[in-house]
Amino acid sequence: MSGILKKIMTSLAALALVLSVGVASAAEKTKVGFIYVGPIGDHGWSYEHDQGRLAIEKAFGDNVETTYVENVSEGPDAERVIQQLARAGTDIIFTTSFGYMNPTLKVAKRYPDVKFEHATGFKQAPNVATYSARFYEGRHVIGLIAGSMTKTNTIGYIASFPIPEVVRGINAAYLAAKSVNPDVKMKVIWVSTWFDPGKEADAAKALIDQGADILMQHTDSPAAMKIAEDQGIYAFGQASNMHTFGPNAQLTAIIDNWGPYYVSRVKAVMDGTWSSGDTWDGIGAGMVGISDFSDKIPADVRKLAGDARDALAAGKLHAFTGPINKQDGSAWLVAGETANDGDLAGMNFYVEGVEGSLPQ
Amino acid sequence: MDLTILILQGVIVAATPLLFAAIGELVVERAGVLNLGVEGMMIIGAVAGFSVTLETGSHMMGILAAMLGGMVFACLFGFLTQVLMSNQVATGLSLTIFGLGIAALWGQAYSGMTTEPLAKLDIPGLTSIPIIGPLLLSHDILVYMSIGLTIGVGWFLSKTRPGLILRAVGENHDAAHAIGYNVVGVRMLAIMFGGACAGLGGAYLSMVQTPLWVENMTAGRGWIALAIVVFAAWKPNRALLGAYLFGGVTVLQLHAQGFGVKIDAQYLSMLPYLVTIGVLVVISRDKTKANLNAPACLAKSFYASS
Repeated sequence: MSGILKKIMTSLAALALVLSVGVASAAEKTKVGFIYVGPIGDHGWSYEHDQGRLAIEKAFGDNVETTYVENVSEGPDAERVIQQLARAGTDIIFTTSFGYMNPTLKVAKRYPDVKFEHATGFKQAPNVATYSARFYEGRHVIGLIAGSMTKTNTIGYIASFPIPEVVRGINAAYLAAKSVNPDVKMKVIWVSTWFDPGKEADAAKALIDQGADILMQHTDSPAAMKIAEDQGIYAFGQASNMHTFGPNAQLTAIIDNWGPYYVSRVKAVMDGTWSSGDTWDGIGAGMVGISDFSDKIPADVRKLAGDARDALAAGKLHAFTGPINKQDGSAWLVAGETANDGDLAGMNFYVEGVEGSLPQ
Repeated sequence: MDLTILILQGVIVAATPLLFAAIGELVVERAGVLNLGVEGMMIIGAVAGFSVTLETGSHMMGILAAMLGGMVFACLFGFLTQVLMSNQVATGLSLTIFGLGIAALWGQAYSGMTTEPLAKLDIPGLTSIPIIGPLLLSHDILVYMSIGLTIGVGWFLSKTRPGLILRAVGENHDAAHAIGYNVVGVRMLAIMFGGACAGLGGAYLSMVQTPLWVENMTAGRGWIALAIVVFAAWKPNRALLGAYLFGGVTVLQLHAQGFGVKIDAQYLSMLPYLVTIGVLVVISRDKTKANLNAPACLAKSFYASS
């Protein structure tokens, strides 16, 4: 078999060369590059980033040229693709998944004139800005709905990887659910992937089999929504509106709205005013959207969730307001204290009451 | 329903696509051809099955389309490798990439649409028998097809004359050619069979397991199926074991997390691979015996003149 292996390696190398060609050059236009972790047709995370790319094209028309590379896995491959985009004369590159953080910084060092924007990360450089959305605000809203509506007092949560962004979501949803239903339990299953519809569906079924009657997910495909629809339970859309996959099942969806941010950053590059920084916007700034509430939600719950959404947007409510203990019982926030952004950005613990152990 | 039965049902659902693809590839490799395009043929089957079910409203038509789609796509591989003598490894890899692309293109029109999942068997009086009913008599038709296929392929390869010819072609194509067998013809048939099976595996994913269509939804299952063939030492009954072991551990670890087992999720995610490797080591500890199983002409091009 070693001969075969060798052939595979050479073939792969040839393939990599073929795949890396493709970014054409044109003068005078601002060139914008994107790399996505999934396919743009995932109906979730990558789809919404691509909507943001289209918003750039719409805003600047012939003055920009955008390219994207989809299905780039988080690892050595990402570095190669980012480098390829940088070498092709791209002015600003958006790397849209957490796992691209180190590859982005590495390439950025080699190409100081190219601007980089890394989504959901926490490391900046003079030419690397980071941006993310306060999805946990959306999680607070759906947590209130789920806690009020569950009949089995069990919420199922399909999680991807134990990074702060995902952990924040679990904690925010749990705290909100708990605040309206002291008996609520949250079952979390980690599938160790952002996108694998089959595995996401298996996890959804496992959660339902174990008594969950409302599902939340932090993965990118609508598979769990479809399973919820077929089994007659409720779920929440993730990243994108998944209503078509669960017309009865979807109670509401947390929608990522990247367009305005992307347009403003490309504008800054054009004007020469771009600078590194860290942007973290929520419902108030429109980066996190909450889709229309389903009429399956009782009127009082709809009001509760709507009020919370408006209060979050106005900055009158924070999803992490004390008293909150960590899972091990140690104090985190005292009564009335709200979490600071540093704690949120690096969150690596469950709050008290969440079951199971957080993978470290 | 008892949770154990629900879990076992989940195992069957997770294992079936792998079993289909693995059995198909097993026959192809037994004929001496290495088709690394399983992933590509699966995704074609997934989109074909889904789109035709949606258009015609008939799951049977969808299943047929998935088989046909996988088969046509496999023919492309067969033509390139058997007639034009292209390198099998490179052609198989490009088939995967081409398949993922063309399926995405085909599926664009069906983006965001859904169908009813394939119906489950319901035999009045029998399906309601405790334990046996829900465990054995309440699945969709494809599950039974995958089991029947495994038994059928086992019987075909070891007990029939055409099966013997197919193995002869895989073991020594020059000798098979010398005594008058049509090596390319046999291999083409095997490749088409493999394509149809991979197509069914993909269709299971888009018509039963999820059931919906999204780009790239096979997510590496074709590669797992390829590994299962090696794991199985090219024996159909062991492919069944491999698929159910892999699917089983995948589903069990999800349930274990739901129950709050105090093991980190990363380790649980590794389990299907670790268990499969572990079993592989145990069953192939006799090195000479294990090597004997691999078809001797695997991945070698056949030149009739030589």
